[in-house]
Parts: sequence; structure tokens; C-alpha cells
Amino acid sequence: MTSEWGLALFGGALIGLAVTLMLLLNGRVTGISGILYGVISSGHKGDRAWRWTFLGGLFAGGLVLNITHFWSPSELDFSVDTMKLIVAGGLVGFGTVLGSGCTSGHGVCGISRLSFRSLVATLIFIAAGITAVSLFKESL
Amino acid sequence: MKNIITAGVVGFLFSLGLGISGMTDPRKIIGFLDVFGAWNPALMFVMVGAIAVHIVAYPLVRKKAHPLFDKQWHVPSRNDITPSLLIGAVIFGMGWGLAGYCPGPAIVSLAKFQSQSLLFVGSMVGGMFLFKILDQKFKIKR
Repeated sequence: MTSEWGLALFGGALIGLAVTLMLLLNGRVTGISGILYGVISSGHKGDRAWRWTFLGGLFAGGLVLNITHFWSPSELDFSVDTMKLIVAGGLVGFGTVLGSGCTSGHGVCGISRLSFRSLVATLIFIAAGITAVSLFKESL
Repeated sequence: MKNIITAGVVGFLFSLGLGISGMTDPRKIIGFLDVFGAWNPALMFVMVGAIAVHIVAYPLVRKKAHPLFDKQWHVPSRNDITPSLLIGAVIFGMGWGLAGYCPGPAIVSLAKFQSQSLLFVGSMVGGMFLFKILDQKFKIKR
């Protein structure tokens, strides 16, 4: 249990370091939903290359986690009902764009720069997540 | 050009942070949100760790006139609470609790090479396209 908390804290600090580098070097917020929407929306045409390399970096990190067997077989085997997964993905995609951010943009970057808007959004999406889990967890 | 490379490095570091912290495990996300059941507070420490670093670093970095590889800052300055913000956060939170994935960990999990994360990311991108289409038709205020 303690090691789980320790890893969470260490991984979190690494995330904090990554978003700090993004700010220091590129002057940007590391909001993953926003970075992804930037390659989808028509408003960011000349501003896409860095978004693709960022997304590529995310995937490359995943490859390292996979190759080093950091992910346990039980994590790799975990599955949610297909219908639920598709609905959930749609809600996450639509909701993060409508709400201008997700866990990274509002939860980490926004709160760290003391944005009231991001704090409100974060408290609401956590509350909504708690609600969803208490309503639908049984059928997982 | 430099900013394109650094964005890739940041993505890589961020990804390792997500994996090491446990954010890529949907069971831990669901456990964290299961406050009224078998609550597992572990992931609270991810936010604590990330915010602890960035809350200190942010004001120091912003003392600079501009970032190293850009002429200007691109940090949001809005502070208005809009219906879109609130409704969007509710919709996102419901989806997050339903499957245990938020956008970053879902993309990292594509490297798990299982149908689950692929399906999730596919429909997440679909949800964003739906927003784009509706936005072009109705000019959604965000």
C-alpha cells in the first residue's frame, strides 16, 4: 500500500516536472485534451507539429512501460463492457472539449497556477466521476 | 523546430509519470472514484505530487519575459465560470468514472496493444469530432 502511494507521488512529481518543462521551453500548458483537439479542429492548422510529437512521446512512453513489463498482466487484461467503453470514450472526448480541459489541463496545470476556473472544473469532474462509479460500478 | 522536439520529450516524460503513478490502470481510477465503496486514495498522491512541483515552479518560470523556445506565452488567462465549463466537466467526469480512462492515460495505453484502449481512444476522438461538427453549425460558446 505504501509503495503504491510512493509510486503515485513519484509519478505525479514526474508529471509536474514534464508540465514545468513544457511551460519553460514552449510556454504552453500541458492539457492533453486540448493538444489532441488541436490536431482535430480546423483552428490550429499551422500549429500541429509539436502536438503530434507530444502525442508520439506519450505513445513512446507507453511502449517503454510495455517492453519493461511495468504493466502487470492483470492490468493488461482488465476490461470494461464494450458498450460502456464506447459511450465513456465519447463522453470524455466531447466533455473535455466543451469544458476546455481534462485532468492534466485543469487538474494539474490550472490548479497549479491558482486558476479558480480550473479548480471549479476539477472539483466537478471528480464529483461526476464519483457519481458515475457509484451508479454504474456494479456491472463492471 | 526546437519546440517540436521538446514537446516530444515532454510527452515521453509525462507518459512515464502516468504509468509509474498508476494513472494508466483503470481499476485504480475507478477505485479512487469509489468513495462510497472500496475507496483507494492512492491516486490522490499523483495530483499532490504533480501540483507540489508545478505550483512552486510556475511563478518562477513566469518571471521570465518569454519561454526559451518561443517569443510569447500561450497560457490561458480566463477566469470566468461558464455553463460550457460546468456541463463539459460533468460530461467528462461521467465518462471518466464509467471506464476509468482520462485522455492522457488512454493515449499512453494504446501501447498496451489491446482492443480496450483502442476502442476508447477511437470513440474519444469521435466525441471530439462530434463537438467540432456541432461547433461549426451552432458556434458553441466555450
